[in-house]
Amino acid sequence: MDINDLRGISTILVMVGFIGLTIWAYSKRQKGSFEQAANLPFADEDSHNSGKSKLENKDHD
Amino acid sequence: MSTATEQPTYNYKVVRQFAIMTVVWGIVGMTVGVLIAAQLVWPALNFDTAWSSFGRLRPLHTNAVIFAFGGSALFATSYYVVQRTCQVRLFSDALASFTFWGWQLVIVLAAITLPLGLTSSKEYAELEWPIDILIAVVWVAYAINFLATVKIRKTSHIYVANWFYAAFIITVAILHIVNSAALPVSFTKSYSAYSGAIDAMAQWWYGHNAVGFFLTAGFLGMMYYFVPKQAERPVYSYRLSIVHFWALICTYMWAGPHHLHYTALPDWTQSLGMVLSLILLAPSWGGMINGMMTLSGAWHKLRNDPILRFLVVSLSFYGMSTFEGPMMAIKTVNALSHYTDWTIGHVHAGALGWVAMISIGAIYHLIPRLFDKEQMHSVNLINVHFWLATIGTVLYIASMWVNGILQGLMWRAVNADGTLTYSFVEALEASHPGFLVRWIGGVFWVTGMLIMAYNVWMTVRNTEAKPVAQTA
Repeated sequence: MDINDLRGISTILVMVGFIGLTIWAYSKRQKGSFEQAANLPFADEDSHNSGKSKLENKDHD
Repeated sequence: MSTATEQPTYNYKVVRQFAIMTVVWGIVGMTVGVLIAAQLVWPALNFDTAWSSFGRLRPLHTNAVIFAFGGSALFATSYYVVQRTCQVRLFSDALASFTFWGWQLVIVLAAITLPLGLTSSKEYAELEWPIDILIAVVWVAYAINFLATVKIRKTSHIYVANWFYAAFIITVAILHIVNSAALPVSFTKSYSAYSGAIDAMAQWWYGHNAVGFFLTAGFLGMMYYFVPKQAERPVYSYRLSIVHFWALICTYMWAGPHHLHYTALPDWTQSLGMVLSLILLAPSWGGMINGMMTLSGAWHKLRNDPILRFLVVSLSFYGMSTFEGPMMAIKTVNALSHYTDWTIGHVHAGALGWVAMISIGAIYHLIPRLFDKEQMHSVNLINVHFWLATIGTVLYIASMWVNGILQGLMWRAVNADGTLTYSFVEALEASHPGFLVRWIGGVFWVTGMLIMAYNVWMTVRNTEAKPVAQTA
């Protein structure tokens, strides 16, 4: 077994990994947690009723 | 996701510093660009001195717009996004401050050494070894600060934008350190550690991944935060964003050889680079579609929000240039396009249309938030800037398409006896009108940036805090 076998195997491993990742990402089980993740840009404002102004006022360091 | 009961106090100081310098370096870098564009139209503007000649100012322009303007935009937005999506203050204020002043020092050193003619002659990696070491130190500090902030996050997820920023930071560190390996012979002169075709391949492995990670992954991080934020709706598909991320990361690494078609590089390497460049269309368009579709059901917002218009038009230019790129990587197309102005036009479709426009949109989004204002001083001026930038980009790329195809056809034309039909100077003369149109496009761009600087200045200077803030 020479270096080229390793190269071939590594290509296959990356391909299998990528297909696995795609199946994982599109499985129904991830739906809820992805929804939560997708809302992260809004999370640090929406968790407080005072709206976005509150957080942005705290930036004076 | 934890519900943070107490508000973290974010480090906005470093974000403010980098955001302001983005505008400053944008004006500087683009003004140098307009000057060298003018030199091609009116060669007398080289002034017959070495340090103001095109050959020395061109790397100054590229370094200033990529690393000073684009770099500052990436630092500003990454420090902002990582804090807000991890709901935690930056890991270290000292490291943040070090990266700001260190990066500014790198830029100043570049602005001094490049006109002096001190260069390692590697494109986009021209800076000599002492500056390269400084860059590496600053970059490692940046990586530590960013990744440690992700590590101490208060949320359970790492938002996708941070994945892109992290990939950009880690990969750029590797690219820079490997490609800059050199043997110094004096304080201002070094020779590459690689030789011949290997040196060329190392350079374009670096060069194309600088495009892929510095100018793409980093700005995609920006896209995944600022497009949803400005459109006020989450990204179209989060699962697509994960597949997009890994597909882009795995493919970009292999596309470099398309810069070396028909050279001494082994033929199989060229073909491999071409095939992987073609594959790259898929992740590129996956990302573009994900950004665009975030607006589905909210297209009407484009009508009165020029910031959103900046962000969305940048995605259209991204889609366009990532279609053009794979096409130009096909060897037979490349035989026509390479070494012509078509390449310059392609780069600027990406650099002006995508990178600069998404950065400008992000900065317009940031400035009022960072300086505690309701909105920018003048929304109308943002709109004026948007049209100047769009028209400027179209003038630039259209003139370079015409010039590029014209040059490619003239250079390859042969007479029946096998001699060249045109001399080089004839092709150069035919390019003159295109050079002029390109210069006009550049003037549009700099004008837009000056309007932005005025608008930012008036916003920051305005002493009235936003009304909501007083009631909070």
